[in-house]
Amino acid sequence: MRPLKIIVLAKQVPDTRNVGTDAMKPDGTVNRGKLPTIFNPDDLHALELALNIKDRIPGTEVIVLTMGPQRAADIIREGYYRGADNGIMISDRRFGGADTLATSYTLVKGIEKLAPFDLILGGRQAIDGDTAQVGPQCAEKLNIPQVTYVEEVISFTDNQIIAKRRLEKGVETVTSPFPCLMTVHESSPVCRSRIAKRLMKYKYARTKTELKSRSTDENLLLLHDKRPYLTIPEWGVEDIKADMGKIGLAGSPTKVKSVESIVLTSDESKILSDSDADIEMMIKELIENHTIG
Amino acid sequence: MKSVFVYCEVENKKIAEISQELLSAGKRLAQKLGSPLEAMVFGNGLKDIAKQVAPFGVDKIHLADDKRLEPFRTLPHASIAKEILKKENPQIVLFGATSVGRDLAPRLASALNCGLTADCTILDIGDHYVNKEKKEYKDLLYAIRPAFGGSIIANIINWDMHPQMATVREGVMKKEIVDENYKAEIESIDVDNILKDEDLVLKIIERHIEESDVNLKEAPIIIAGGYGVGSKENFDYLYQLSNLLGGEVGGSRAAVDAGFIDHNRQIGQTGVTVRPKLYIAAGISGAIQHTAGMQEASLIISINKDPEAPMNKIADYVIEGDVSDVIPKMIKYYKKNAK
Repeated sequence: MRPLKIIVLAKQVPDTRNVGTDAMKPDGTVNRGKLPTIFNPDDLHALELALNIKDRIPGTEVIVLTMGPQRAADIIREGYYRGADNGIMISDRRFGGADTLATSYTLVKGIEKLAPFDLILGGRQAIDGDTAQVGPQCAEKLNIPQVTYVEEVISFTDNQIIAKRRLEKGVETVTSPFPCLMTVHESSPVCRSRIAKRLMKYKYARTKTELKSRSTDENLLLLHDKRPYLTIPEWGVEDIKADMGKIGLAGSPTKVKSVESIVLTSDESKILSDSDADIEMMIKELIENHTIG
Repeated sequence: MKSVFVYCEVENKKIAEISQELLSAGKRLAQKLGSPLEAMVFGNGLKDIAKQVAPFGVDKIHLADDKRLEPFRTLPHASIAKEILKKENPQIVLFGATSVGRDLAPRLASALNCGLTADCTILDIGDHYVNKEKKEYKDLLYAIRPAFGGSIIANIINWDMHPQMATVREGVMKKEIVDENYKAEIESIDVDNILKDEDLVLKIIERHIEESDVNLKEAPIIIAGGYGVGSKENFDYLYQLSNLLGGEVGGSRAAVDAGFIDHNRQIGQTGVTVRPKLYIAAGISGAIQHTAGMQEASLIISINKDPEAPMNKIADYVIEGDVSDVIPKMIKYYKKNAK
């Protein structure tokens, strides 16, 4: 089996399980600065699948591609710690405010720069939007087949890959030719942990912009001169030759008209204790009004 | 003509439940717009399918009947839908937020370079004034969905890159037959003319679809447990009560994650949406992700040790106490009082 070139699409997401009240801006967009961030959980499954294929086919290259603000460089470092060979950041203020259509356009411009490739893997969906759209949107723009909700890659030959998909009511096994795009379901194996050796090796990996920050000390710059692999490539609008009309807000057809916080309404509820008398009274009422019985 | 389109899923020559719901939702939008409702139905052996589709008030059915279209594969369905949508240029296109709809719709949105809102729970028609252009856009689709872990409800619009597309969650829209004898025009699609070899490169080699024996959606009474139930063993009380009352047992995501109950019984935003006449929430705090899937129950009982649990705010009866204490008492007094 020939080695494959795999691109893993990974997103840094706000940890929606820990949403504070200041998380939304008045215009309804997310105030990402106010939230702790994590590696999107499904994307970690995609990374694991890529690394698993690399274990099975020596020489396979795994590249993590992320799009986001500077702090998303954490995603690239995390990828390195767990076993990725390379990482690319797509980062430029002008990409900001993108919906899934503009995001897929931007990612595809980056992917095209990395072509040729055999496989693109991404999580099924990201927890900050749960849309599950970007994978299929990229596949369409790249004009390649998509295999969504992948739980397991069963086998491969030089020309095709066989995978098991997890559907709502069952499973399906499909074969697709290379190149193709797969979105990975959360029922696939969880990602391996960081590897201590790699953590040591890539601890100081930085983007150029990160290095330019004032707090960077001299030694870190020298280290990057000596070990160029530590410098994470960073692509902006011009690097990927993106059309300004197709990125950011301008390239995003969907707009937030309004946002409402959820306030649960309370009609008068009957508050009961767990005493026998209270519970018997309630049961009798429910029987009388034919809710039960 | 500006029209509303619905992509229908077909299972064993039957229109899927979600697609029936969508046709009804689409009809309501079409009526507000004064425009026709059109359905895209792709599959194999669909000679009699119009009888199932038309009664929802469908004016035109775009029918693609070919053995290569079943079971569903993305590329052939996408190619045919693209062809139809480019030609017809509808105003609105709806898909189920199912494993099929969530696979197909983004592919089409990408091809047509248009907006797509995922997992809507409410659809409406309304206007929007765009400040920058000093222009009022009339009759836009309001695609309303929970966002951001369910803590907010967002109204998503798209005024300039049409069609306006949305996927809609299963069990959210009400199914309504307009007229059993409603007449739909049928437009047969020339499949051979559209499909190319590259649409067929992906092959299905095995398929296991299990019909779930759990039917939460149809159950009149649901006893649902959360993390507060405490253990898998304590869920036995819920099953006992449910057997007695003729209901089904469901669970919150926390209970599923804790391994107390199977995934196929999960209720809420990432599970099933239910509308029973009685919903007993046992040890469920009531995060919006959960309540989004059950708040339309006719009567809600919340059993919780925490008097401040959000579930209590939407409950008709609140019982402050431990589930393993309260449910056995409910069983006892039901047995005593039921005739």
